[in-house]
Amino acid sequence: MGISRRTAELAVAIGIFIIGIAIIGDSIHLGIGWSNNSPEPGYFPVRVGGILALASIGIAIQALLDKSPASLQEFVSWQRFRLVLAVFVPTVAYVVVMMLAGIYVSSALFIAAFMAVSRKFNWFVILTISVGSMLVVFWLFEIEFLVPLPKGPLETWLGY
Amino acid sequence: MDQVVSLLQGFGVVLSVYHLWLMLLGIMLGILVGVLPGLGGPNGVAILLPLTFTMPPTSAIIMLSCIYWGALFGGAITSILFNIPGEPSSVATTFDGYPLAQQGRAGEALTAAFSGSFVGALLGVLLITFMAPLVARFALKFGPPEFFAVYLLTFCSFIGMGREAPLKSIVAMMLGFGMAAMGMDTMSGQIRMTYGLPQLMQGIDFLIAVIGLFGIGEILLTMEEGLAFKGKAANISPKVVFQTWARLPRYWLTLIRSSIIGCWMGITPGGATAASFMGYGIAKKFSRNGDKFGTGQVEGVLAPEVAAHASGTSALLPMLALGIPGSATAAVLLGGLMIWGLEPGPLLFIEHKEFVWGLIASMYLGNVAGLIIVLSTVPLFAAILRVPFSIIAPMIIILCAIGAYTVHNSMFDVGLMLLFGVVGYFFKKLDYPLAPLVLSLVLGDKAEDAFRQTMLASKGDVTIFASNWLVGSITLLALVLLFWPLLVGIWNKLRTSRQVPAT
Repeated sequence: MGISRRTAELAVAIGIFIIGIAIIGDSIHLGIGWSNNSPEPGYFPVRVGGILALASIGIAIQALLDKSPASLQEFVSWQRFRLVLAVFVPTVAYVVVMMLAGIYVSSALFIAAFMAVSRKFNWFVILTISVGSMLVVFWLFEIEFLVPLPKGPLETWLGY
Repeated sequence: MDQVVSLLQGFGVVLSVYHLWLMLLGIMLGILVGVLPGLGGPNGVAILLPLTFTMPPTSAIIMLSCIYWGALFGGAITSILFNIPGEPSSVATTFDGYPLAQQGRAGEALTAAFSGSFVGALLGVLLITFMAPLVARFALKFGPPEFFAVYLLTFCSFIGMGREAPLKSIVAMMLGFGMAAMGMDTMSGQIRMTYGLPQLMQGIDFLIAVIGLFGIGEILLTMEEGLAFKGKAANISPKVVFQTWARLPRYWLTLIRSSIIGCWMGITPGGATAASFMGYGIAKKFSRNGDKFGTGQVEGVLAPEVAAHASGTSALLPMLALGIPGSATAAVLLGGLMIWGLEPGPLLFIEHKEFVWGLIASMYLGNVAGLIIVLSTVPLFAAILRVPFSIIAPMIIILCAIGAYTVHNSMFDVGLMLLFGVVGYFFKKLDYPLAPLVLSLVLGDKAEDAFRQTMLASKGDVTIFASNWLVGSITLLALVLLFWPLLVGIWNKLRTSRQVPAT
């Protein structure tokens, strides 16, 4: 049994309400009134935060009142959510590796990992595609467009 | 006929080898972006925008707008051949396009879709050519109150005319405004809402939000839905193309109706998606073959495609003339203008004539070139979709990461992109619209400045928004659009209650 659509609606509404309150809080801190005959920095954001908080309460009420079968349906089944995580978790790992090893090495590993997990390719194809595509990206960005991308120890070792 | 002279000068700007090459590149990239899941018009343009920072603005906008046309064309390919809309605006194309492909008439359906797109875009461009300069001239009279009223109009029409729940549109919009307000306040110089994170001093760049929301969010959603490309073969021969073209004039009424719907929905930011559904719905209602819609009618492919393209094109009219984009992609392009150092708005037509007319001329050429390219390369792009998803998916994510990084050369932005991806996934699942968020994120600072300047002039009195006929009528129109669903509901109720005693 997963969470229902209604629960998800409520959770997102609460999150939005918190953001609204955070904006209001910061605006009050900055000043929401008038000083030297002009509106203070918090003058506009406090209204944005207020509308946000009110709208999220409205959405929460709507979700609670909604008794239609669609709202009680499962938000996402665990089986399907696993597929989402199967992409999201490696993507997070990819970004972490990128911070250490630069974009080229991490991207090649990322493609190779996806291909290896799918079990449809032999190691030669995996190597060609993952390394080959990164060489293309390197040529395109570093040489053609002169846009430097983050590099790691491997590139330093190769002299870049 | 100032416009014709200016337009010819515009063609003079565009017709260089370099610009034609950029157009070709843009259209090819655009079709690719439109075909691949997770990459669409808004984030395709957002990812490639950093590459254009060093180009002259005119060349950059030519390439980026061609990506936009290409993406609109490309969306139809997957809709018809794979029953998977590559773009939200081509969902309605699947209704009749896929049945046609199943009957082995994919060539006919594709030709009809592309030709319809072309007709819609052409009418949109004609509208821009002749209307935009007039609107811009009129808007020169605008002061801060009028500009804020126009912003209000834009946002109200999103809430009232959008397909999503009004409260959710409001939330999306306000989140955009909140993020736009982050960082340095343009008027007082104070730092706002950074919550102790120095990386937020510059605020959140709209490009990061677009790439995360539309790119990563879309990929996550695609994974959940379990993507399988089981497509029909695409064979377009010149014979099929000409046969289909010969039959198109028969549907002139549908073409005109859908164009008008599209142009209207594009100028008021209803968006291409809403326009395509409306075009399909109205064609179904009024066509003689209306009851056969959904079983594979060429007319059912034409109607939404014409409307979507007309809307996608005319969304650039308010962007050019007023500095207010009519769609998410137009919002990204507008953000690009600001990065290149151009101030969007009515003055653009006076101060950067060459840029504006170069862009308009490139719209004509881009759509002609787009039609020819897309008709001749369909098999190629259909083949790309047969590349296993385990190769395509990581590559799309890598492209998004590179796009996010190159905006400010910051790893923090890449992390932020992931966060936006999660938000995008949940928002899409719960039917929060993303376009208003992008729009308000791009326009946030300008809208706030207009609001504060207005309040400064009126000493905090909101009745200034009804103080003269100009600002008053814009504000009134905004309120009408905001409460449009409510007004329609009341009107229907009145009509039925009047009919009941009569029977």
